[in-house]
Amino acid sequence: MIKFAFLNNKLLIRNAKASGVILFLLLLCNCSKPAQDLTDYTKIYPSQSGGTMIDAMTGEPSGLISMIAGESASSAISSNIFNKLLKYNKNLDLEGELAESWQVSADQKTITFKLKPNLKWADGKPLTSADVLWTWHAVIDEKTGSPYASDYQLVKKADAPDPLTFSVTYEQAYAPALDSWAGLQVLPEHLLKGQDLHTTAFARNPVGSHYYKLDSWTHGENIKLSRSPSSVLGQAKIDHLVSRIIPDSSAQFLELMAGNIDSMGLDPIKYARIIPARPELLQKLALYKELGNSYTYLGFNLKHKPFDDVRVRRAINYAIDKQEIIDGVYLGLGINIASPYKPGTRWSNPNLAPYPYDPEKAKQLLKEAGFVDTNGDGILERDGKPFSFEILTNQNKEREKSAVLIQRRLKAIGIDVKIRAIEWASFISRFIKTGDFDVVVLGWSLGLDPDQYSIWHSSQQAPGQFNFIGYNNPTVDKLLEQGRLELNPDKRMKIYHEFSRVLLDDSPIVFLSAGYGLTAIHKRIKGIDNPAPPAGLGWNSETWYIPEPLRRNEISAN
Amino acid sequence: MLSYLIKRVLWMIPLLIGISLISFFIMHLAPGDITNNEASFNPKTSEESRQKLRELYNLDKPVIVQYGLWMKRMATLDFGNSFASHHKPVFWQTTDKDGNVTKGMIQEALPITLIINALGLIITLALAVPVGIVAARKYGLWQDKSITLFNFIGFSIPGFWLSLLLMYWLGVVNNWFPISGLHSLNYETFDNWGKLKDSLSHLFLPVIIPSVTGLAGITLFVKNGMLDVFHQDYITTARAKGLSEHKVIYTHALRNALLPLITIVGLSIPGLIGGSVIAETIFAIPGMGKLFYDAVMMRDFPVIMGILTIGSALTLMGNLVADIAYAWADPRVRRGVVRD
Repeated sequence: MIKFAFLNNKLLIRNAKASGVILFLLLLCNCSKPAQDLTDYTKIYPSQSGGTMIDAMTGEPSGLISMIAGESASSAISSNIFNKLLKYNKNLDLEGELAESWQVSADQKTITFKLKPNLKWADGKPLTSADVLWTWHAVIDEKTGSPYASDYQLVKKADAPDPLTFSVTYEQAYAPALDSWAGLQVLPEHLLKGQDLHTTAFARNPVGSHYYKLDSWTHGENIKLSRSPSSVLGQAKIDHLVSRIIPDSSAQFLELMAGNIDSMGLDPIKYARIIPARPELLQKLALYKELGNSYTYLGFNLKHKPFDDVRVRRAINYAIDKQEIIDGVYLGLGINIASPYKPGTRWSNPNLAPYPYDPEKAKQLLKEAGFVDTNGDGILERDGKPFSFEILTNQNKEREKSAVLIQRRLKAIGIDVKIRAIEWASFISRFIKTGDFDVVVLGWSLGLDPDQYSIWHSSQQAPGQFNFIGYNNPTVDKLLEQGRLELNPDKRMKIYHEFSRVLLDDSPIVFLSAGYGLTAIHKRIKGIDNPAPPAGLGWNSETWYIPEPLRRNEISAN
Repeated sequence: MLSYLIKRVLWMIPLLIGISLISFFIMHLAPGDITNNEASFNPKTSEESRQKLRELYNLDKPVIVQYGLWMKRMATLDFGNSFASHHKPVFWQTTDKDGNVTKGMIQEALPITLIINALGLIITLALAVPVGIVAARKYGLWQDKSITLFNFIGFSIPGFWLSLLLMYWLGVVNNWFPISGLHSLNYETFDNWGKLKDSLSHLFLPVIIPSVTGLAGITLFVKNGMLDVFHQDYITTARAKGLSEHKVIYTHALRNALLPLITIVGLSIPGLIGGSVIAETIFAIPGMGKLFYDAVMMRDFPVIMGILTIGSALTLMGNLVADIAYAWADPRVRRGVVRD
């Protein structure tokens, strides 16, 4: 329900890095101690309703209709206001949210959802399958221009035969379909019909059906939500959720230290160095880490020589010390991965191991590929041309630092590497779209469905599509196609395990690391599962509670 | 005088068109557009939908055509709507058919930046003038030297560093001032007096810090202005007449020494409305600097153009006002103007 803001607006976080360093130095010197807080936050309290939880986000949502807004700040708020048909439970299995049950037809092409009875919008009007149908029409409408339309455009026919039934029929079986219905927030037809979704005032004054409703939105300052009495899923424990908009992560951290906000996403330095060194912070803050569905990688342009040669790609994979990157860049707060799936989940193949750090093997492979240092300058050559390339990355401190460590390791086996960091929009349109790059360091943040057709299938290489590295492997193509058609989870799992195996063997990218999502939450918030289950820290945030004695001098959200 | 004024104002029109033309083309020289932001790099999104978006915003047309479309809208003083922020109007509020008012982005950001910077400028001037006078009167003595030292320190300290230091000391260690933001969360529940107090305490750090770091330059101006004037014959005359030192300094010297300040204040007008990205980001203030920075990063062309146009119009007007004020204050210039 609550998503934390650690992925928001990296642009600004980057801008504030310099101030982060200063803050770090400042906090290390520990010149004077903040006022003592003598409350004992470790006591056990029974669950009770009430209280206000305040968090911070780096960017302001553009609007709260997430199908067009697109940024994470928007969905972090709107996911508290709107429901979806399905949701993922603690263990990442799908279960009904608005839907009571769903059925897949024998030919796997039609899915029929049965809605829960007596659903209501926050304004008291009934929520029916007509709303779901209208939402589907809206998301595929060309005028809406939703960036997420493609999943829903595959629906050939959608129907709402009665107020509790909604059915969709696909041209052919589409396995990621259920995941897509766990992603679409259902909007009220009676308030939006005939409106232009791009300009409607509804986006700043929404009416939903979920645990919370919007109380107020002060531009550039804060967004306040309060418990909705008519929530279709029962009542959340915490009365008010306030999100303050604080673009600078150092300022956010000062607010956290002063106890003015209850939670924020942390970077490794704050998590591993600053907070543990300060007892007065440890006394009131609980630290959480969880694996996200994201990873950083080094990607080759497979259309450029010599990266079309699998021996060269494997050599570079062997030559990079991934543990060194995890320890040096992420202060140990990450793990080494062998497949593009979150370790520990069904889709991650447990039999795969990442390429070990083995420079000798790397040299051997490069020699087989024809690279020899003929002129003794320490750099390998093939056909008289030195092996030299440029690593491009966007201006992201972690990625830049990783690139520096990679540069050193590759130098050791005779490859000359240069590094260039470029502002995001220029990076994408000037280099990625045009395919004008040799090697990139980038990251993927993925959804929960294992389908990665758009990243790896050979048909997805046009400018602007996501297989920009030009990966073309008929075996992988076939597996990805099969995976989309197979709705049986066990059979599907086998397909993606095989896909991961081929991908690792082929080494079109080097998996660098999967970093932990790091969060600090004030200890006055109780009921948080630690360690976080596969679904993440916030999976049960509606049952989090703030015992009355621990509430801050109550700030009314009205 | 009147014809001079009319001429100056009319001159602003071609100037503004030239500025807008150059800005528009430079803006389009940077690679990328609104569909290249970080949120769009999501494998769940598709290139077709991005292309649709480009067509929707006319980004698929040649730049010169896009400029023409923009000029056409500007002819009716329509600054357009933001690409990125839910199509909010760029400049001024609009009302839809149901009576919902959507505030303009510049309309929301400009007053905040203007208040902070105007307060900052007033404080800077209020401090710089007396300090500069003292430095000039005690030239070469310990008072002057310590002021110079203080100025050097103020001038060299990075504003964001001082900000974080003071935020930590005044906000975290001693809970005396709020750390960031413009209002407390329970602002609405205060009475008028409480609201004023709350606003002022939130404004304290963002206003004080640029005033202190900006003090150095203006103090030096006042000091040097005073020193120059002290060597003028009419000051010697005034002293020879037996006027009191007080009268010599405050009636005869100061008025002339302050003349260059008018130019400085005039030149600081673009800064008044431009805002500072770093300060606004650190203090979580939704002002003009932050608005412009975000718009550039998002390639939100209508917002970029709106801010540049309004910024340059206000700058040109500021220069005009400064020239007029100078003429009003200095008879020598005034006569020159009249002859023109």
